[in-house]
Amino acid sequence: MMGQGRLAAWGTGLAALIALPFVYRDPYHLHILVLILIWSFAYTSWSMMGRFGLVSLGHGGFMGIGAYVTALLWNHLGLSPWIGIPVSMVAAGILALIVGYPCFRFRITGHYFVLVTLALSGIVLQVITATRDYTGGSLGYTPNRTSGNKLLALQFDDKTTWYLIALGIWLFGIVVWHWVDRSMARYALEAISEDEDAAAAAGVDVTAEKLKITLLSALMTALAGAIYCQYQMFITPDTVSGIAVSLQMVFAAIVGGLFVSLGPTVGAIITILLAETLRIGFGTRAVGWDNLVYGVLLVLFIIFLPKGILGSLLDRLKPQRKVPRAHEQEAVQIARPGT
Amino acid sequence: MLEVNGLVKRFGGFTAVNNVSFRVDQGEILGLIGPNGSGKSTIFNMLSGTLAPTSGSILFAGHEIAGLAPHRIINSGIGRTFQIPRPFRRLSIFENVALAGFYGQGRPSRVRAEEAAERSLAMVGLPTDRHASVDGLGAAGLKKLELAKALATAPKLLLADESLGGLDEAEMDQAADMLRNIRDELGITIIWVEHIMGVLMRVVDRVMVLDHGEKISEGLPSAVAGDPRVIEVYLGTDAETTQAAAAEARRRAGG
Repeated sequence: MMGQGRLAAWGTGLAALIALPFVYRDPYHLHILVLILIWSFAYTSWSMMGRFGLVSLGHGGFMGIGAYVTALLWNHLGLSPWIGIPVSMVAAGILALIVGYPCFRFRITGHYFVLVTLALSGIVLQVITATRDYTGGSLGYTPNRTSGNKLLALQFDDKTTWYLIALGIWLFGIVVWHWVDRSMARYALEAISEDEDAAAAAGVDVTAEKLKITLLSALMTALAGAIYCQYQMFITPDTVSGIAVSLQMVFAAIVGGLFVSLGPTVGAIITILLAETLRIGFGTRAVGWDNLVYGVLLVLFIIFLPKGILGSLLDRLKPQRKVPRAHEQEAVQIARPGT
Repeated sequence: MLEVNGLVKRFGGFTAVNNVSFRVDQGEILGLIGPNGSGKSTIFNMLSGTLAPTSGSILFAGHEIAGLAPHRIINSGIGRTFQIPRPFRRLSIFENVALAGFYGQGRPSRVRAEEAAERSLAMVGLPTDRHASVDGLGAAGLKKLELAKALATAPKLLLADESLGGLDEAEMDQAADMLRNIRDELGITIIWVEHIMGVLMRVVDRVMVLDHGEKISEGLPSAVAGDPRVIEVYLGTDAETTQAAAAEARRRAGG
């Protein structure tokens, strides 16, 4: 499927990305790159479901669970993030199944599904805020600095290490995206997104297929939350959880392009740069402006550029991605003999 | 092969299918006819698992399948088409059929699913090109795609909801011949639903007639077409077709 040329392009790009921190050491720029990579991974995780019409506004909840469970286990029980992260992912996965199963079994789709997931986001945010004795509530939470082994605590001081970790996680997300894209499960999910009854008549277990992709997406999102927490060493309900984070995922994935693997990455570059520009340019006066800009852009994109920036660009570059004309005519002729 | 006993489906106070029993033997083509709203599609939806029966039993190859989830029924060897074609437009023609070949056969290897897709597409006469788009298909082509999807699931029993309305006469004949070929060449047992009697009568071995959710007649096409109850049901709506079909069936039985 993947041509030699494309593979070479990926290889070169990746080599350049790996070499970057050894050549270029500006800590602020590396910091921005790490953020872009971690959020790209989160957006990619969201788009695994989103591209099949499963629009979730609950992913802020999964991300928050990833971040908070990992940090809480470390601070209260002294559990290394190497154990804490898998535990937090399992917790997010179980929650995804608990919410997903009844939705899929009883065919809650479209707007109703969005509403259920929106509630999930709100609930996780409320729980974090309400248990402020443990989580610090809306003031935020800081994992304890380790005095021992930094690798065991997954705490590193230099940006280069974090850049490479974030790059690895990001690449993992892209690989999983392609793996799903080339699997039979993609056919099934595309079919389900169009017509559940017809998909079932083709033998697809609709509930199971939807649950599988939801589980995968939730696990990855929780991982993104945990990595973000380990990197920033400070989390608040608003930065890793809740409806604002969920909306930001939707915005970035749609603006970048839902149906191409690097679309969410393009979305992350735009959202992070936008937030940073506003922060540096306007300081505290611009608090919340980024959300306003997101909102306006989201409406414009959904109306005028539904395939997102990267998706539309690729379509421009490769008009032959569409069905070739000759095949189309051949199909018509074979299907309607005599005309 | 298939044994249906006392099948009932109620929607609230409305009884769509009332105590219908019938059987289908291996290698047979059973025609299922009746006016609009007579319960044909409801029976199909229960046989394929889209609807759960209110009561009654459906034995397929000795196993009770009433109320099972659709994908389980498809995997046990029943394939179905929809009256109004329901292609997946975001997939190519080939991918549509490969999907059915993969999930409909209990997920064999991808290679086997794609082979099944190629065979099914060739059988119905659609291109096996991997990228041909569904949008290039007309009404007849979409019906062929429905059939190819059902065949790719490797059914032992095919439920063909083949409303031929919308096709011209040549296309109807072609569709009827195709069903007969599927039975003759692949040995697939078929239940064929239709509300136009003419074409169907030429192809089927036996006919069952439904009206208002009840079975009013069953037997050889020649006998059923002459049945006064059947003529009454069709009179006024399709009397000429009925009589033409009866004449043709008699001719066929005689020759």
